[in-house]
Amino acid sequence: MSTVTSIESSKVVLSASSDSEGFHAPGPADFNLPPFLETSVIDVTKPMLMFALSAFAIALFFWAAARKSAVVPGRLQFAGELVYDIVRNSIARNSIGSEKFLAFVPLLFSFFTIILVNNYIGLIPFIQFPTFSQFSFAVALAVVAWLVYIGAGMKVHGVFGYFKYQCVPAGVTGPVLFLIVPLEFLSAIIVRPVTLCLRLFANMFAGHLLLMLFALGGTYLMFEATSPLNVAAGFASFLLFFMISVLELLVMFLQAYVFTLLASMYIGEAVAESH
Amino acid sequence: MIGSLNMLGYGIATIGPAIAVGLIFAAYINGVARQPEAQGKLQPIAILGFALAEALAIIGIGLAFVL
Repeated sequence: MSTVTSIESSKVVLSASSDSEGFHAPGPADFNLPPFLETSVIDVTKPMLMFALSAFAIALFFWAAARKSAVVPGRLQFAGELVYDIVRNSIARNSIGSEKFLAFVPLLFSFFTIILVNNYIGLIPFIQFPTFSQFSFAVALAVVAWLVYIGAGMKVHGVFGYFKYQCVPAGVTGPVLFLIVPLEFLSAIIVRPVTLCLRLFANMFAGHLLLMLFALGGTYLMFEATSPLNVAAGFASFLLFFMISVLELLVMFLQAYVFTLLASMYIGEAVAESH
Repeated sequence: MIGSLNMLGYGIATIGPAIAVGLIFAAYINGVARQPEAQGKLQPIAILGFALAEALAIIGIGLAFVL
């Protein structure tokens, strides 16, 4: 940890406005929620419970939406079909191609809905913890996507043929292959799943950290600070908290969309017949 | 004030991806303005480019906390 040595004068100014102890900025340590239920097999934490409950809620919602499939859809059916249409037509069919996309739609649809719901959990008052700000959840999804696109590619091209297809670009011959093949392998097999999970995790993590900072800092300034200027700054930062929440609404949707889009693009590239 | 220089470094590091994201969406808006019917085709490409450029910023935030 490289820390800047403290500048004593500004430290004094900062702590002068507080009563007994200074403001503790939220950090990565705030994401370690202790398990609330400890059994001999597994410790249950809040994100685990939220993840399981969200899967149950999604299943219930789409069961209710699809129960009475009518030609003229009701409100619930319309909402369900809207989400399904985004994944099936604008993500899967466009990037995988109209011949092979149907087999992958259930997986991509599960990705999209579970990420969307678990992200929006981060904005529901009193629950307020996006599940994917825990790295392990994002890794689990990325590993599933990784296995699926490699597996699908191997099914189409054969085990050795898939690596040849993915790592050797068509028309490249000669000694430049020694440079191209490791690079292509690195980018297609290693970097893709890493960026897939890092993107989701880091967006949720950074967004939640930002919201925590403005909410906690705002309340601290509003209720603990003595000078009116600091109290005004507290109100301003609390207002900013609401505005960032609106921005997060967009980011959360975008992350679910991007994850699904990238997963389906990787699958589409793996199962395509030729470049 | 006590803090980590990593955060300052990360702030500087985001300049690159920020410019990249701006350029990508500028190109997307230009394309749609010239040919509005191409929006459906351009949108996934723009989002993909945005996601790839953003990956740099995200790797940066990972490293800022880890290093």
